[in-house]
Amino acid sequence: MDFTYTIYIVLIPLFAFLVNGLLGHKIKDSVSGIIATLALGVSALLSYFTAYNYFFKVGKVDGVYEKITAFNTTWINFTDKLHIDLGVLIDPISVMMLVVITTVSLLVHIYSLGYMKGDEGFTKFFSFLSLFTFSMLGLVVATNIFQMYMFWELVGVSSYLLIGYYYTKPSAVAASKKAFIVTRFADLGFLIGILFLSYTTGTFDFITINENASAFAQAAPLGFMGLSVLTWSVILIFIGGAGKSAMFPLHIWLPDAMEGPTPVSALIHAATMVVAGVYLVARLFPIFSAVDPIALEIVAITGGVSSLFAAIIACTQIDIKRVLAFSTMSQIGYMMLALGVSGMGEEGTGFMASMFHLFTHAMFKALLFLGAGSIIHAVHSNNLTDMGNLRKYMPITHITFLIACLAIAGVPPFSGFFSKDEILVAAMNHNPIYFWIEWAVAGLTAFYMFRLYFGIFWANDKKHDHAHESPFSMTLPLIILAIAATFAGFIPFNELVTSDGGLLNIHIHWDIALPSIAIGLVGIIVAYLFYKKENNLPSKMEKSFGRLYTYAYNKFYIDEVYMFVTKKVIFNKFSTPIAWFDRNVIDASMDGIATVTNYCSDKIKGMQSGQLQDYITAVVVSVVTLVFIIIYFTY
Amino acid sequence: MIEGIEIQHIILVSSLMFFIGVYGFMTRKNLITMLMAIELMLNAVNINFVAFNKYLHPENMQGHFYSLFIIAIAAAEAAVAIAIIINLYRNLHSIDVEDVNNMKH
Repeated sequence: MDFTYTIYIVLIPLFAFLVNGLLGHKIKDSVSGIIATLALGVSALLSYFTAYNYFFKVGKVDGVYEKITAFNTTWINFTDKLHIDLGVLIDPISVMMLVVITTVSLLVHIYSLGYMKGDEGFTKFFSFLSLFTFSMLGLVVATNIFQMYMFWELVGVSSYLLIGYYYTKPSAVAASKKAFIVTRFADLGFLIGILFLSYTTGTFDFITINENASAFAQAAPLGFMGLSVLTWSVILIFIGGAGKSAMFPLHIWLPDAMEGPTPVSALIHAATMVVAGVYLVARLFPIFSAVDPIALEIVAITGGVSSLFAAIIACTQIDIKRVLAFSTMSQIGYMMLALGVSGMGEEGTGFMASMFHLFTHAMFKALLFLGAGSIIHAVHSNNLTDMGNLRKYMPITHITFLIACLAIAGVPPFSGFFSKDEILVAAMNHNPIYFWIEWAVAGLTAFYMFRLYFGIFWANDKKHDHAHESPFSMTLPLIILAIAATFAGFIPFNELVTSDGGLLNIHIHWDIALPSIAIGLVGIIVAYLFYKKENNLPSKMEKSFGRLYTYAYNKFYIDEVYMFVTKKVIFNKFSTPIAWFDRNVIDASMDGIATVTNYCSDKIKGMQSGQLQDYITAVVVSVVTLVFIIIYFTY
Repeated sequence: MIEGIEIQHIILVSSLMFFIGVYGFMTRKNLITMLMAIELMLNAVNINFVAFNKYLHPENMQGHFYSLFIIAIAAAEAAVAIAIIINLYRNLHSIDVEDVNNMKH
């Protein structure tokens, strides 16, 4: 089976971007929207076709899914050993990501046809969406780490463009800059990691690196602090992934990124780009598990801390998109933790669970964001306090939102239950502490999601004059995603996507599933008691938590810490002295040379009198003097 | 080789001419006179060329050729110089060298 056609999955969105980007001003808004959506539709169909062929027809050789290089071309050829390739790698995780990205992107395109209708930058918006989709697809099919890095930066740029889409709003501009700078800062780690990794292994190619992972790990020279160079390289690469996936403490850009249009938040900051960090770790998983165990332990700890941290903050936020942003961070923390506790082969429950959760999370979180967009579209506000009683006005949004909440809260048989259960199993097998953290986070998740649900759709008897159900182009994606969020849990990921491509035996562990269902239900019930009807329980609760509530409401002052470090410490203690040095030493020495020259010439310019005979006198006197000197010294 | 005349005499004459020329160039204020002083210096050099040619290498003729060459150059130079002086006179109504002092700091 020839998979060469998969290159078109990537190229078609690029084509749509070029058409809308270059000719956008000449064509009508509706036409450009349809071009982009159709292009994505073709891409999505090709992805489904690829997934069907790969998973059910030809991908399996001797019971193991092969890694196929469907397309490869040398882009820059420096030497025989050092060359940068561009290509398409087909393996279970990349095919799964192709399906996720094209599906969510297609639905977001359809949704945006309604949501962005009448906006001035309609074609610009669609061209950016296509650019993002192209970049993200190029990232997941990368055959080598350098290609991945290129597309990694491209998704960063698209994210920057789309967050700053409402560029007349200062807060949006600030948010886009923040996102770009923070992720770019983390990418520095990624780049250094790539250099270390490729220097030690002698290749950029994923297949070569992963297949010889243990050999490379044994041969790697000792680096710093008793860890090998290869261990350091994967830790540095993980920093890049943590930045992109908004892991603590590099998460500060994600809540602000909600300044972008809501479909963008659904596509980029919930379903696809932010899981690039998880994908990166999964892509290099053999090398992560071959090096010193500390590397995966760091991944797990970062994931665990992020998930707990974000879940606590999410319980206190008022802006519904920010609640969802922190929830995304928390769920990505789950995925990171699952990768961190996983091993290869039979031990690979965590890897499978992580990919499973990535898939289900993409569906229900995109649904939550699109639902939130639909609500914001109707209410024209992001604040929970402006909402309530909306179930009567928006029945479809209400039902689909409820399904997504049930899915994320881990209520069976919705999809989130299955993937979260696998993660909890993997965590329990590795270290019970991780299990108890994630178990608590599951309860918090259920609580804050249903706080949101009751706050939006019940809570009070408020009248909304303008609120109405969104148009069909917006409700259709909601319905499709709701179906996906309901049934995605039944996809047999243990057969399809595993760490080594083989079959993984799993079954539902009721000893772990029951406590997790229980805490989920507790979270829902607490939220029901607090927020179903307006009452004084929430404010009592806030009071009883006191300080903790204030800290969580202010996101634990992490932004303030960053501001303190940058403004007070870096700017004052480093930048100001350096600027002083630049102005008063470097610039001043150059100025000094000029000043001295100027001064001297000012003093001696009187010698140039303009009198011809003065000059000739000077010449004659000099010549005579020289002649006498020469005669004196010669004889 | 000229009978009865030593080379020192000729050098003495040419040196006197040269330094009279230098003195004239440095002290006279009239541009025409300065030009004449230059001619004196050039001719002092010419005398030297011819004399040394005669006394040192009588079989060669380079000294004579240089003299002729210098005379031709001097003529051309005088033409250019006088043209400049005429232009100065037109602009300044003077040919005093001290009035030509625009080219300074």
